Amino acid sequence: MLVPDDLRYSDTHEWIKVEGDIGTVGISDHAQSELGDIVFIELPSSSVITERQARVATVESVKAASDIYSPASGEVFETNAELETNPGLVNFDPYGAGWLFKLKLTKPEELQQLRDSKGYEALIAK
Amino acid sequence: MAGAADENMSKRTPLFHEHSKLGAKMIEFGGWQMPVLYTSIVEEHRAVRKSAGVFDISHMGQLELEGAGAEQALNNILTNNVASLREGEGQYTFMLNENGGVIDDLIVYRRQQSRYLLVVNAAKMDEDIAWIRSHLGGGIAFSNQSLRYGAVALQGPRASEIMRRFDRAIATELPARNCVIEVASGDLSLTIARTGYTGEDGFEIFFPAQFATELWTRLLIAGKELGLCPAGLGARDTLRMEVCYPLNGADLSTQRTPFEAGLGIFVDLTKTNFLGRSALLAQRKSGLRQRLVAVKGAERCPPLRAHYPVFDNGKQIGELTSGTLSPTLGRSIGLGYVDVEFAVPGKEIEIEIRGRKYPATVEKKPLYKRAC
Repeated sequence: MLVPDDLRYSDTHEWIKVEGDIGTVGISDHAQSELGDIVFIELPSSSVITERQARVATVESVKAASDIYSPASGEVFETNAELETNPGLVNFDPYGAGWLFKLKLTKPEELQQLRDSKGYEALIAK
Repeated sequence: MAGAADENMSKRTPLFHEHSKLGAKMIEFGGWQMPVLYTSIVEEHRAVRKSAGVFDISHMGQLELEGAGAEQALNNILTNNVASLREGEGQYTFMLNENGGVIDDLIVYRRQQSRYLLVVNAAKMDEDIAWIRSHLGGGIAFSNQSLRYGAVALQGPRASEIMRRFDRAIATELPARNCVIEVASGDLSLTIARTGYTGEDGFEIFFPAQFATELWTRLLIAGKELGLCPAGLGARDTLRMEVCYPLNGADLSTQRTPFEAGLGIFVDLTKTNFLGRSALLAQRKSGLRQRLVAVKGAERCPPLRAHYPVFDNGKQIGELTSGTLSPTLGRSIGLGYVDVEFAVPGKEIEIEIRGRKYPATVEKKPLYKRAC
């Protein structure tokens, strides 16, 4: 399973890439693999304000729907429109073309509570 | 994400090690550790529609009845008419409680004049056995062969071609639809039925557990060039939903009769007596309140799931019992019970998903029909 070093990870298997006060969010390679073929994604509307650990999106395989929790607080300002027609991008490229949404971070100090790649590898190795 | 299976409590089929070797993802189902997928539910589903898939169905229960009074006993316990079966024929049927509710749906095969095989759902097997025992007269040998036997389902348009490649010697003996034969193939003794749960042509093959690995391996080799792949419970579920075959515990329950499920053709009310008959007659007289319908979401509708409420003009008219996103149709589909006045193909309805209502329509069953 790929676990890139430049991302932070939540215990619920979301990743966030931080650039200045902007966070890009997706789900981990481990998460997409556990879910299987992703066939539908419900993204938040732009301008939604979310808290850390609040449910913001839903990713669905043929078998089940899984809630996606925001790894940080902030305001959603962009979502990945490609996923509407091609949700399988999350399977093929979970850390790239399969990103879910971008946030303007309001509490950057929260990022300390997320795992680094080593910590996340330990979590999924359990 | 879904919780991990409690793997310590559940049984392993004789093909467990084959599934491990193939890297299957395992789940607990009906008390068994079963493969939910090997590579991808969608790919396995498509393989079955296009070529063929092979499923481990060893979890299903195999019950045998033998004796002069077996026909009469089964006709009392089951809704369909066993007397209409000739040797080597099978039929889909129900086992009902006194209220007409479905204990289980199953296939009964008449293997010989007075010898029957019942193939029942894994999760209901203990209940089935207790029910049969309590309604069986004397002089009938009743045995549970489930642990002695393994079973696989070979399903798909190329299934019979794969059987011919599997063993040319049995090619001419392959059973007709809903029929069953017993054959030897090399060292293997096989019971082959032409039945399935996918809406495609195919076979369900029963065999003594010690032959499991050899049969599985030989089948995969026989079908390799034709696109055969192992398929798990995930694809089995999406395939059966497209053809609107009910799943007991989801679309069928002791709270629903075969009439409500739209499966009255498997009930023979001309039989003078069987368990649940008087309740069914009463229901036929009073009329149905709800019926099981197939539904299809409009474009962009999220995958449908069991328990989503169904609405008409803001009023709840029912609830889904199964659902998915159909890999073949590319649309959200489901099965559910709605009030009879809305159980009409073409009727526009709404389905509530995560607090939002999405347009959908009631559809004619099945949602998918194979090209003949």
